[in-house]
Amino acid sequence: MTTTTAPVLQRAGHLPRWAPWVILAGAFVAAFLLLTVISEPTIASVALVGGILFVVAVWAASRAVEGPRRAKDRLATSLVTGAFILAMIPLVSLVWIVLARGASLMSWDFLTTDMTGIFGDMREGGALHAIIGTLWVTGIASLISIPLGIFTAIYLVEYGRGRLARAITILVDVMTGIPSIVAGLFAFAFFTIIVGPAYRSAFMGAIALAVLMTPVVVRSVEEMLRLVPNELREASYALGVPKWLTVVKVVLRTAIAGITTGVMIAIARVIGETAPLLMTTGIIATTNNDPFEGRMATLPVFAYRQYAQGGVGVERAWAAALTLVAIVMLLNLVARLVSRYFSPKGIS
Amino acid sequence: MATVTTPDAPPGRAPAPRLSDAPGRMGNKVFAGVSTGAGITILIILAAVAGFLILRSWPAITASQEDYDTVGFMQGKGLWAYIAPLIFGTLLSSLIALIIAVPLSIAIALFISHYAPRRAAQGLGYLVDLLAAIPSVVYGMWGMSWLVPQLQPFFAWLSGTLGFIPLFADFQAPAKNIMSAGIVLAVMILPIITATIREVFLQTPRLHEEASLALGSTRWEMIRMAVFPFGRSGIISASMLGLGRALGETMAVLMILSPGFLINFYLLKPGQHQSIAANIANQFPEASGLGADVLIATGLALFAITFGVNLLARWIIARRAEFSGAN
Repeated sequence: MTTTTAPVLQRAGHLPRWAPWVILAGAFVAAFLLLTVISEPTIASVALVGGILFVVAVWAASRAVEGPRRAKDRLATSLVTGAFILAMIPLVSLVWIVLARGASLMSWDFLTTDMTGIFGDMREGGALHAIIGTLWVTGIASLISIPLGIFTAIYLVEYGRGRLARAITILVDVMTGIPSIVAGLFAFAFFTIIVGPAYRSAFMGAIALAVLMTPVVVRSVEEMLRLVPNELREASYALGVPKWLTVVKVVLRTAIAGITTGVMIAIARVIGETAPLLMTTGIIATTNNDPFEGRMATLPVFAYRQYAQGGVGVERAWAAALTLVAIVMLLNLVARLVSRYFSPKGIS
Repeated sequence: MATVTTPDAPPGRAPAPRLSDAPGRMGNKVFAGVSTGAGITILIILAAVAGFLILRSWPAITASQEDYDTVGFMQGKGLWAYIAPLIFGTLLSSLIALIIAVPLSIAIALFISHYAPRRAAQGLGYLVDLLAAIPSVVYGMWGMSWLVPQLQPFFAWLSGTLGFIPLFADFQAPAKNIMSAGIVLAVMILPIITATIREVFLQTPRLHEEASLALGSTRWEMIRMAVFPFGRSGIISASMLGLGRALGETMAVLMILSPGFLINFYLLKPGQHQSIAANIANQFPEASGLGADVLIATGLALFAITFGVNLLARWIIARRAEFSGAN
């Protein structure tokens, strides 16, 4: 482009494409040298100072060559990209630390023994009871909230008209924001009033989790049902299929991949809930297979308690955290794959 | 949606055989009933949450000062004097989280919607969403063993150079202060804010953007003139959703913050503040009788605050959806 076409923008010229990269390299070298003079350079400090130097230098160079408007644009680009990189630091460091610390005690034994008869500094023992407990609690919560959530979503999309539907829509949204600890308090208050003050069980925790999970299921299923084109419904009605069969055989079947994804993400969200389980299902050292009676260990609570205990407990906590993060990541991954490969073409 | 309405038979007469033979009539009724029932169950659950919390906290609300004195952890304070610092701590930590997370989220959402290569954008979005999937207890452990040691030298420097401002005064070595808790909260609410803002930014009418670019603006000017005005209410409501999340977050605060029951702004001093949620999780296992009721009353306060914040956020979103040109 010549300078005559856009005189305002291209008043003085254009930075070559390689310029930002050269400035980037220069900024890091300068930061390293600067920090060696002042104190010991670490990766974090070099990255921080280098990043700031880079942003300032690109802005200055661009302002000198390209004028203030372009310079501002480049400044915005560097800041926006920088923000994204900054947000990745917690994710990367978290995954890294969970893998590194969790690996020390992670073994087949850890996954297949419980904490019966483990005390003091013994390195044996594992999370089997907590894994079983997590499956019980999350399983019961899912049994309650998946049907409830799917039917509510069907109501909102296929039947809901007027005031009631509007109220439910808003309240489902508000319900997504209920703090997990409040859900735990609700389950506690409910069961202590109905059953008795000393009652603790996995079912109690499952009720708390169901309160948290249902709105998430409703939201995602509703979104999926709304994506089903109306033509499909109308074609079905035209063939004389009753409404309920249309919903079951046409609408739900079309949206099944999306629904599966939504449900799995909802499960992944509640499987790591700690606070409500802390006060309802509690913790115990042995495997408990009765979900309606007695305390039951769950992975998040197990991790928290072991971490608070210190010593070998910290290592156990990291191994439990690794197990938990692995389950959650797996659920998320499978959910994404399901939605990518099984959703009907044309609606995604 | 096409609806085939069959007129109901007039009362007092047997329905015409043609109508009763209509296929799936029974099924339709049952299915509609079950669906409506599920919807109403949601309302009942929400009402039950509020109802049972009020029921259990009523003894605490109506108790006298002598009764409060029997509860060990209240240290002779009345209910209001006990809750006030907790509400303050909750708001303060959430506010810190919000101040850090909102600008970052706007930038990240912009990066995903307008800066990243289009093919990579979705994958990058998933990466941010993964942050939301990580259990809060793992955030707490990460905060204690990775973030707090990293923040220590920075806080020490901050307190050393800017310590004359009360905000940054009196830093003490393990950084178990409200600032660290706020930073971890910021990381935890980042995904929900980013996801909401990203949706809004992606809805910016393409014609506005292209018109702006055609007039010769740079990408940043286009964003300032076309994307931000369109997304302003989205940013506000996303921030409030994030606020709702931060207010109720338990484990991270419980594990990182060294608790105290004071109202002040010493951000770097440990042992000054505590949030409602963390306090409940901390005291609940040992509490019984009136003590448990008092904690449930604080939970009721938390419920009311988050309910209000979320309702307001959703109201802003809904209002925007009605008037925006995109829908």
